[in-house]
Amino acid sequence: MLYTAPPLVASAAGDHPGFLSPSGVEIAFLLVGLVTLGAAVITVTTRQLVHAALWLVVALGGLAVEYLLLTAEFIAWVQVLIYVGSIVVLLLFGLMLTRAPIGRSPDADSDNRWVALGVALASAAALVWVVVDAFRTTWIDLDGPAQGSTRVTGAFLFRNWVLPFEALSVLLLAALVGAIVLSRKRDTDTDTGTATDAGTDTPPRPAPTGTPGTTDRPGKGEKR
Amino acid sequence: MNDVFDVALRLAIVFAVFLVAPLLVGQTEHKVMAHMQGRLGPMYAGGFHGWAQLVADGVKFAQKEDVVPAAADRRVFQLAPAVALLPYLLVLAVIPVGPGDGAVGQVVDAGIFFVLAVMGIGVLGSLMAGWASANKFSLLGGLRTAAQLLSYELPMLLAAASVAMAAGTVSLTGILDAFAWWWLPWQIVGALVFFVAGLAELQRPPFDMPVADSEIIFGAYTEYTGLRFALFLLAEYAGIVILCALTTVLFLGGWHGPFGADGLGWLWTLLKTALLAFVVIWLRVSYPRLREDQLQKLAWTTLVPLALAQIALTGIVKVAIN
Repeated sequence: MLYTAPPLVASAAGDHPGFLSPSGVEIAFLLVGLVTLGAAVITVTTRQLVHAALWLVVALGGLAVEYLLLTAEFIAWVQVLIYVGSIVVLLLFGLMLTRAPIGRSPDADSDNRWVALGVALASAAALVWVVVDAFRTTWIDLDGPAQGSTRVTGAFLFRNWVLPFEALSVLLLAALVGAIVLSRKRDTDTDTGTATDAGTDTPPRPAPTGTPGTTDRPGKGEKR
Repeated sequence: MNDVFDVALRLAIVFAVFLVAPLLVGQTEHKVMAHMQGRLGPMYAGGFHGWAQLVADGVKFAQKEDVVPAAADRRVFQLAPAVALLPYLLVLAVIPVGPGDGAVGQVVDAGIFFVLAVMGIGVLGSLMAGWASANKFSLLGGLRTAAQLLSYELPMLLAAASVAMAAGTVSLTGILDAFAWWWLPWQIVGALVFFVAGLAELQRPPFDMPVADSEIIFGAYTEYTGLRFALFLLAEYAGIVILCALTTVLFLGGWHGPFGADGLGWLWTLLKTALLAFVVIWLRVSYPRLREDQLQKLAWTTLVPLALAQIALTGIVKVAIN
């Protein structure tokens, strides 16, 4: 990710206070991290679909607090704005539009969970290894001037990382255009509608109005 | 010790404003709507023109039974009002009222992002309420809330980004320091987009499709009674205060005024905020409710292009000045 770029000022390993006398910020960081981890685990294990989305809010919010504790204020608020404010709302919207039963969903489970656990552990191990290896000797001075402020982040993003930033924006734009093209295609060829849409198994509708009814929830939208 | 006292005092003031200002807006709404419709409004509670009507309403709400439907998801149902209300309290703490660091609860470096991010969380409360009520009308209300938020968040962000570009900072106090009178005509389109999108996010008329009482009773809040319902109402009025104050700070120059900017700056902020709150009430009385498709069309075909044009204009003028 772009925003894990090394901070501007990071002192060498020699003069840091060590792990045995943790400061208040470090303790808070650890506790919030535990809460975040717990919320994330509940998110993937709970049988109640909407509860999973709401626990995801807790996990993402916890992550934002971690950013804040590392003085990366801008990143923290963007995290809240994009993930909590938009992505989770989109998730909840999708859940409510298809099915959102109150209580447990007996089929909210998968035979792939052990494979999923393996993939999760492998990717976690890879990420931890990369981060530890990359930042082995750097030590961020949290008491000094903020190193993750909006000004610093902006300077980093638009001086050092302009090219990846622009490439990413082009990628997102392409995805946006692609999504629009995919969703519009059904209007033109009405006879072979099943070949074009991505996830639903609805028969081609006679009415050209594209808005799906909100009340016919059972049996529709098998995957979201 | 002095610091602790200072922080406590600021928090107490913010909390007091948070409790009082929404009630003021609510009472104003009673009276303004009544007079626009050729009647008097509440006249008895408290004596003079029914000034204590909302206090009486609050007492009434507190006495009612707090009912949770049997089929509802209890914890989410009970948590929803708090999620809807608390973000506005947090936002209120960072809005600068006057010049300098003394007239703001807490200076936040990335003020615009903080404000917009935290306001977005409030909508989560409506979604939780709509889902957890185990009621079809509530679910429909929640769905409409989500659809509305998703389409109006974008123009609101773009309009705010235009001001941030103009000021060269995302801090609310920084924007006010950079403000000059000619920003008013320069950013007027952005101001309109921001205000309209904010109204839609608050689900105020004419964007009150999610709580349309003639079709889906009261949307996500149908099953709520007593104090929890009152909290949702309070959240709506707190939202009006926040939206008007934000529009004032971002687009109307906050504490800047033709005269008296040094000592009476806070008065300008309050005056502009009150004026905008009056406009919000006025719109409720004068405009019919938008249908769902009209609502989406307004967002995507009018507000988003306007906001983008405003950003382009801001960029051009900014380059020309430099």
